[in-house]
Amino acid sequence: MEKIVLPDIKDFHKIDVYEANGGYSAAKKAFGQSPDDIIDQVKKSGLRGRGGAAFSAGLKWSFMPKTSAKPKYLCINGDESEPGSFKDRQIFEFNPHQLIEGILIAAYAIGAKSAYIYIRGEYHKWIKLLAKALEDASSQGYVGEKMKQKFGIDFYCDIYIHKGAGAYICGEESALMNSLEGKRGYPRVKPPFPAQNGLWGCPTTINNIETLANVPPIINKGWQWFSAIGEPKHPGTLLYGLSGHVNKPGIYELPSGTLLTDLIYKYGGGVPGDKKVLCVIPGGSSMPPIRGDQIEGVKMDAESLKTVGSAIGTAGVMVMYEDTDLVKVLARIAKFYYHESCGQCTPCREGTGWMLKILNRILAGNGSISDIDLLISVANNIEGNTICALGEAAAWPVKYMVTRFRDYFEKRVSKEVVLPVANKVHSMRGTVIPLADVKN
Amino acid sequence: MTNFKFTEENLERIENEIKKYPVKRPAVMAALWIAQEQNGWISGEVIKEVASILEMTSEDVLGIVSFYTMYHQKPMGKYHIQVCTNVSCMLKGGYGIFEQVKEKLNINNMQVTEDSIFSLEEVECMGSCGTAPMIAVNEDYYENLDKEKVDQLLNSLKEKK
Repeated sequence: MEKIVLPDIKDFHKIDVYEANGGYSAAKKAFGQSPDDIIDQVKKSGLRGRGGAAFSAGLKWSFMPKTSAKPKYLCINGDESEPGSFKDRQIFEFNPHQLIEGILIAAYAIGAKSAYIYIRGEYHKWIKLLAKALEDASSQGYVGEKMKQKFGIDFYCDIYIHKGAGAYICGEESALMNSLEGKRGYPRVKPPFPAQNGLWGCPTTINNIETLANVPPIINKGWQWFSAIGEPKHPGTLLYGLSGHVNKPGIYELPSGTLLTDLIYKYGGGVPGDKKVLCVIPGGSSMPPIRGDQIEGVKMDAESLKTVGSAIGTAGVMVMYEDTDLVKVLARIAKFYYHESCGQCTPCREGTGWMLKILNRILAGNGSISDIDLLISVANNIEGNTICALGEAAAWPVKYMVTRFRDYFEKRVSKEVVLPVANKVHSMRGTVIPLADVKN
Repeated sequence: MTNFKFTEENLERIENEIKKYPVKRPAVMAALWIAQEQNGWISGEVIKEVASILEMTSEDVLGIVSFYTMYHQKPMGKYHIQVCTNVSCMLKGGYGIFEQVKEKLNINNMQVTEDSIFSLEEVECMGSCGTAPMIAVNEDYYENLDKEKVDQLLNSLKEKK
């Protein structure tokens, strides 16, 4: 299988090696066509966003106004903070020029003269690596005003790196824009959507790093070629990030729709000690977990995972074997979302804390059977009631882990309905369980 | 307390950051990074200085500092040890390593050793899931760790001081 984003070419991150392998020829080809043609090709290729929502990249570009009195902007999301995801750092390190070329093509397609790459602050090393690549590309005339001369066109785009400083929420596109504007990373209410009202109130498109790294090959080899790879509804390769209890964790670039069992056993070398798989989170910690006895035949792409009640997310696959304490895992996930909630919306700010407290109670052996439904109730009351998707990200793992492993969780709690005072108040309001069920 | 002033070189770096954006304000994150590099942490004096350069109020800058976890609001050790305990690292023994560092340095989370050489922080996912467990010392990642490697790492840092 041919690799698109992380090809096995030695020193591909160096500009001369990249050029020698046809680098920056896609940009040249793209600049010879109209922006609408480029958008059309990317749309037809079926390229879907790799940042979690799997939205059509071409369609997203087409939302940008054709004419605008205000400047237009392109943001590239390299915040990569979803637990289980570590793909973008490979692109910064091993193929930065393909990303830069993809940015240039996207900027041309939407008419943006400035592009900002937002990278999480923890990635000091990878920021430096990308900055070096950007410097090389600029000095060769591929980026900035010199583009006009280099490509013989009346278009140029400057590319800047914006360093984050530790906030998961900045991976949410509107929080990312606020952070880029030098504000607290609070997500914005949508609508208005970024294409109308984005950075500094101007039309803005936000794409994931991996998404844009896929663009140059699509332009060079044609949309038909790309759309034939992997699953037709979610074509191309994905950078699957395999972690947890597998013998060979790491990033594997494989066609979409690769079998989850192939990922674990064929590529990941199986589970240590040949133990059974208890649970798999297929797309980063916010995606619904799948039971280990249900992974047979599960394909890894957006549409196939929907049919088994999960989602592709960032394709960060976390594998847990039979000895794993799922209560501990879920409590750790809850702790993460509690820590990362920005605090704007009450259901998320308070709910994440409640879920953590309940899970810690179960973990300490003090949980009661009513806690299980209480967890689901809190999760349901967060989901859909918040400005951004962090609400769902926090609610889904709790709701689906508890529902799908109910037998497992029931074994960890006492059968007695023992409600602490605070919960009694809730139960009296009818929010948890009917008053008649309260024994104490 | 002495007044905090950026070095000439750092002032120039901040000027270059400002040029990246249509307005001054977005450079606040970079300015705070540069300040932390120079001063070790973000003090009240740093906040005042950054605010005056970027024409913001101190309160506004404090709002940024307190939102992002990587800006230190108190002095940290020369070597700031960050241990990831999120799921992928946890499955590979991240908590064991966190406890090991705690014991070896005799400090708790977000504390600094008496000689100010080490500080410890339990951090969220750093993107090392495929090379777990991991520790970051200041800006550098150390991955695929085990107890022995952690011991070696801490010992080598202790010797270096």
